[in-house]
Amino acid sequence: MLTIALSKGRILDDTLPLFERFGVFPMENPSKSRRLIIESNKPDIRFLIIRASDVATYVQFGAADAGVVGKDLLLEHGGDGMYETLDLNIARCRMVVAEPETASATSQAASVARLRIATKYPNITQKHFAAKGIQTEIIKLYGSMELAPLVGLADSIVDLVDTGNTMSANGLKEVETIADISSRFVVNRASMKLKRQALSIVIDRMRESLKGSEH
Amino acid sequence: MSDLWLLPAGIEELMPADALRLERLRRSLVDLCYSFGYDLVSPSLLEHLDSLLSGVGKDLELETFKLIDHSSGRQLGIRADMTPQIARIDAHVLRSNRPSRLCYAGPVLRARPQQAAELREQFQLGAELYGSPEVSADAEIVDLMISCLARCGLGPIHLDIGHVGVYRSLAELASLNKEQEVKFFEALQRKSTPDLELLVGSLDLSPELSNSLVSLANMHGPVAELADITAQLEMFGSSVSSSLENLRAVIEKVAKTCPSLDIHFDLSELRGYHYHTGVVFSAFCEGFGKEVARGGRYDSIGAVYGHSRPATGFSLDLRQLLCLSVRNPIGDSVILAPPVGDDEALEHLVVALRDQGNRVVRKLHLGDDWDMEHVDKQLVLGNDGWIFKELPSK
Repeated sequence: MLTIALSKGRILDDTLPLFERFGVFPMENPSKSRRLIIESNKPDIRFLIIRASDVATYVQFGAADAGVVGKDLLLEHGGDGMYETLDLNIARCRMVVAEPETASATSQAASVARLRIATKYPNITQKHFAAKGIQTEIIKLYGSMELAPLVGLADSIVDLVDTGNTMSANGLKEVETIADISSRFVVNRASMKLKRQALSIVIDRMRESLKGSEH
Repeated sequence: MSDLWLLPAGIEELMPADALRLERLRRSLVDLCYSFGYDLVSPSLLEHLDSLLSGVGKDLELETFKLIDHSSGRQLGIRADMTPQIARIDAHVLRSNRPSRLCYAGPVLRARPQQAAELREQFQLGAELYGSPEVSADAEIVDLMISCLARCGLGPIHLDIGHVGVYRSLAELASLNKEQEVKFFEALQRKSTPDLELLVGSLDLSPELSNSLVSLANMHGPVAELADITAQLEMFGSSVSSSLENLRAVIEKVAKTCPSLDIHFDLSELRGYHYHTGVVFSAFCEGFGKEVARGGRYDSIGAVYGHSRPATGFSLDLRQLLCLSVRNPIGDSVILAPPVGDDEALEHLVVALRDQGNRVVRKLHLGDDWDMEHVDKQLVLGNDGWIFKELPSK
């Protein structure tokens, strides 16, 4: 039995067609069902429907054999105990540093003792600025990062951007790209060894589905 | 309510049934190692920090609890791994020039768990074979490791085995600088083909070398596939080929001593690569999301003590195995005996019964009916002396 963790929303909408292309689909609509474990039409594959930020944890501990998770959450989590086998090329966006159009806090960082940064990604942020030799004060927020510099809570933010509309609407400009983000198919290390055959089939089929979707 | 009862994060106590199972597993595994010719050594929990962090302990700085020895002013550490201690004993205390086989069992503490939700106290048990660079030494260690896991009653075991020489030679051919090497190694451990492609793409390498560096991540599978991989990598010279030949030879020997073992090779699974020099292996078991035992070859161990030796060994955490091993009910019957009185014969009988390995509990007073749930027999005075009265089975 393979247990595959997915999260509701964009990842689910974009991932299910990849599975459908090789004949695997959930027995009920995961976006509507309240069930957290959903059987597929194949007796040996089932889906867990969990929060996006929990997928890496489920896969790390082997509670799920595999899962689909954004590279942003994977970088933040550390990705220990998992193999990152495929780039699914879905939910593409960028992780950036942004600051008010009027300020140049990041560029003046050298003269600021401590840069205050609002973000959902404290680990990535800390690591990124430490590598540049900049001391930071990280303010962990759960949403609407763009607000923080406007009300003086932070000097700049680290967040995902897709179109950049929300940022410009709030008078922020991108200063720097930290990483390009897309969703990855991750596999638990022990599962890769113990269920290699079943997982290789799924990985190969997913890879073919991806090639199909490029055309 | 006071929180005096609260234990620090990552610390767990074992209650009667589990504590006894751990102790019995420990005895049984130490006996098993002994039966393979491994002598038990028992180093201290506390040592000078610099010797704990020498050689194979280099990566353990942040994992080690530290304190100051006020009598010498030196820094002490509570061991986070026993391997450096055993290496010190072999190189400095025993100083033999012949192969020595040592085993060890004891608690180690981790200041921070290596993985989230991991316990900070482990009960480490392992064995090391010093002084032999031979394939048979590696195979013997794998055999012992698998025998230990089998003795714990673990289900079908899967052995994953690789060789650091393949990756190391290819990385050398690519002349990666330190920073590139760290990034590449890290992506390889995640088997992240997309990240590897990106990294290799930024280097100026021959297409063959680029391809092989990326496909290292996918070079894992049943042993039968190793021959194909060996042929593919042949063009990269003798150091790659001899590593693969060494790997093949170890696998061949292991397959003979453990015929029912499910063996797979993996050329990119190289945790602990910084000090390993040859084969590296880990064991996996259904129902557990990470390895249950691991080991490998690390030659030139003991060099810091002026006695460099080839070495190979494995270790496992008994606390972790406890939750996986078969829970045999603790089947020891209890014999309930009367309180101490004037009857000399009774006292002799109790001693004799205990010597024979029985569990004899004395009543604290005559009417004491102890925890009758666990009592199978009672000693009562019959016409011709003390006899057993069987209690009705529960």
